[in-house]
Amino acid sequence: MSEADAAYLASLAPAAPSAYHRLNPLTKAVAAIVCSLGAFVLGGYVGPLVILLGGIIPSAISARLLGRLLRISILLSLPIAISIVLVSVFTRAGTTVLFAIGPFDATLEGVDFAGQVLVRLLVLSTAVGLFGLTTDPRALVFDLERRGMSPKLGFAAVATVEAVPSLIERAGVIQAAQRARGLDTEGRLIARFRGIMPIVGPVLLSSLTEVEERSLALEVRAFGRPGRRNLLWWPGDTSAERVVRWVLVVGFLGLVAARAAGLLPRIP
Amino acid sequence: MLELRGVSYRYAGYAMAVVHDIDLALGDGEIVGLVGPNEAGKSTICLLACGLAPASIGGGLTGSLVIDGQSMTGRPVHELAGRVVLGFQNPATQRSGVAATVFEEVALGPMNLGLSVAATLARTRAALERLRIEHLAERDPARLSGGQGQLVAIASLLAMNPRHIVLDEPTAQLDPEGTRLVGEALRALAATGTALLVAEHKTDVLDGLCGRVAVVVDGRIVLDGPASRVFGDERLEGWGVEPPSRIRLSRALAGTGVDVTAALAR
Repeated sequence: MSEADAAYLASLAPAAPSAYHRLNPLTKAVAAIVCSLGAFVLGGYVGPLVILLGGIIPSAISARLLGRLLRISILLSLPIAISIVLVSVFTRAGTTVLFAIGPFDATLEGVDFAGQVLVRLLVLSTAVGLFGLTTDPRALVFDLERRGMSPKLGFAAVATVEAVPSLIERAGVIQAAQRARGLDTEGRLIARFRGIMPIVGPVLLSSLTEVEERSLALEVRAFGRPGRRNLLWWPGDTSAERVVRWVLVVGFLGLVAARAAGLLPRIP
Repeated sequence: MLELRGVSYRYAGYAMAVVHDIDLALGDGEIVGLVGPNEAGKSTICLLACGLAPASIGGGLTGSLVIDGQSMTGRPVHELAGRVVLGFQNPATQRSGVAATVFEEVALGPMNLGLSVAATLARTRAALERLRIEHLAERDPARLSGGQGQLVAIASLLAMNPRHIVLDEPTAQLDPEGTRLVGEALRALAATGTALLVAEHKTDVLDGLCGRVAVVVDGRIVLDGPASRVFGDERLEGWGVEPPSRIRLSRALAGTGVDVTAALAR
């Protein structure tokens, strides 16, 4: 292959504006999983906060997207956070009642429990968010395919992610068409809810038709052929990253074992 | 040569066949048009011609698909990929969704075939050049016009190096500009000797492109012959097929007493 071809192939890889972006996708995936699960295994406040402040936030700063990450993570976890707070604060049994709303007592134990869950949720959403913001789905899929994963699995994963915007776009078009025919989709909550029903059917049916045609179009292009493909590009990997991945995995398994054996001291 | 020999087919879950006793041949380098009203069976014939029916979508088939004298009936579609490919009408559904650039989109087929990277690059560039769309190589395939998207879809098929290309209404969802782009591309392809079977509503696209045209009505081929004879056939409109505007214009002029043939001869 000529140097020009090699340079062209290298240019196909997604842009990596920071060192964190340049990490192998599997390394970032392992880091996200270990941080998320680690926060739940450690429990309390201190453990998850150490993971957040010592691992995720510095990584986000190095990737130059701390502000964006926090905004997205908070927005994504807000609905769950609200329900966690409501359920934990008002339904968790406790002896110290802070205040009461009707038959529901807000207890200190409930507030404490909600706080602990919220910290873990924040770790989970920022860890996954950091991975999502710094990793092109294609890079992950090509990396996994290079390691032996079936391209079909990778395609299913990427196609699912890519399908969301087109699904939303189609829903908008169908909604506009229904509205043009007099369907009330605005105003009161009941009207909005009623307006959703005639849209769901066409969106789902057209999506299924599209999926079928897309899979046929792929088959025509030999997608079902067994055997390995020669990829045009794939993300780099280094021995240092391999060591980091193993350290993270072994460390996490050690943590789980220590927790299971009762060897882990109680951390607040 | 690609042949459908005595083919009848019913879709999975249906008792009735939708196409009956189809005999259709596509010679090397030949351009054949397939016309007919809606629901006539044109798309089904396209699926049968490239082996997707019944291999991928199930259903019941009698008769056979024969390519270069070998029966291909029941073979996995990927085994047919170098011999015959099918393009659909919607450019969006032909996008893989996993390519960030047109170049990668077109390269997907050769990659799937397990070709070396060098061979994939060569085929991809050749396909883009044949349709004169090299300038689109760096573009995001999701952000192209309908016509450009359809050209990319056809280039993706060309990159498979097939001997026969089947196109199911390639301009159906395109505006006049997109139709013009695809029409020009098909003419360019025809000039390079690629065998094409084109199912198309717009007879103007086929006029001057196809050497032969077959008319499908109610799942049967009712007329198959040279394009000039088929497009000039008086029964065409009765079958729900609009003749090309050239024919309609000459008939309209003849109705006013103008002898177009004589005028052209002068």
